[in-house]
Amino acid sequence: MSRFRKKRGKASPAIQTASLPDIIFMLLFFFMVVTVLRDADIIVQVTTPEATELTSLERKSLVNYIYIGVPYERYQHIYGSSPRIQMGDAIRGLNDIALFIGEHRLRVPENQIPAITTSLRVDGDVTMGIVSDVKIELRKAEQYKVNYSARPRIE
Amino acid sequence: MARKSARDRMSNEINAGAMADIAFLLLIFFLVTTTIVEDRGILVRLPPWAEDEEIEQIADRNVLSILVNAQNQLLVRGEREDISNLRERSKEFIMNPMNLSNMPASPRDAIISLRNDRGTSYETYLEVYNEIMGAYNELRDELAESMFGEKYEDLNIDQRREIRSEIPMIISEAEPTEFGEER
Repeated sequence: MSRFRKKRGKASPAIQTASLPDIIFMLLFFFMVVTVLRDADIIVQVTTPEATELTSLERKSLVNYIYIGVPYERYQHIYGSSPRIQMGDAIRGLNDIALFIGEHRLRVPENQIPAITTSLRVDGDVTMGIVSDVKIELRKAEQYKVNYSARPRIE
Repeated sequence: MARKSARDRMSNEINAGAMADIAFLLLIFFLVTTTIVEDRGILVRLPPWAEDEEIEQIADRNVLSILVNAQNQLLVRGEREDISNLRERSKEFIMNPMNLSNMPASPRDAIISLRNDRGTSYETYLEVYNEIMGAYNELRDELAESMFGEKYEDLNIDQRREIRSEIPMIISEAEPTEFGEER
């Protein structure tokens, strides 16, 4: 009987919070590692179409993005309201595509250059004219691996 | 006596409770800013660019020509077709189960030719492309199932290569015609 009483007397009322920061820091580091701060400011509005036969892109460092769409309203006084091409964080023309691809190739180890993928993020309402022009430029720049970015279709 | 108690306070442990608050603040910041963007899409390989392309003569029976006009309407082998039938239609064309004389003798010969106007919407184009890819993927899955008893995705590289040589995916895209209003 006396043993029980002794234990109860010793129990401290406060919960130990000293290890709480450690747990939180662990979570913090997880999110810091996972976070990819978006480097490009999107100028054109892109709603990608839906599709079913999707493959997901791995190796973010081997992917470059070309956006095609109508500029957002706040940019329309600069870029107009017809579809434009965005590469990196700027609106650029068709002749800049080869340069853009070349810039990316410089940043990638030589043996991985064939694995570079260009992801075309094109708005569904854009007509094929501009898209075909971009595709021709990509072919001229010997960038053959292309991804038509799309959202999974929910049926 | 009062002085001694002040010293006592200094030797106390640092209060670590506030540390959790700081960490929480940082954690919430990263939670908010995180965008785990996963990019998915239809992966294609473009053909090399050639200034003057050689025109190869291909037997009519091996070609399934698909035209998409600026009104986003479909013309398959000269007749109107609905996009929802395209997948079945392509599958039938590629495999030619009835051994018809106007379809390829083997899936290896099958070529799907895609042509659109400059005014075709990208959404329609991708939908058509998606259906063709879907047809090929389904056929490959069926073949993989009958040859190896597994889905195409689960096969190893050699088995995949075998399937791919049996049913290659040949999609030829012509330059778009100038029709249609661009926006």
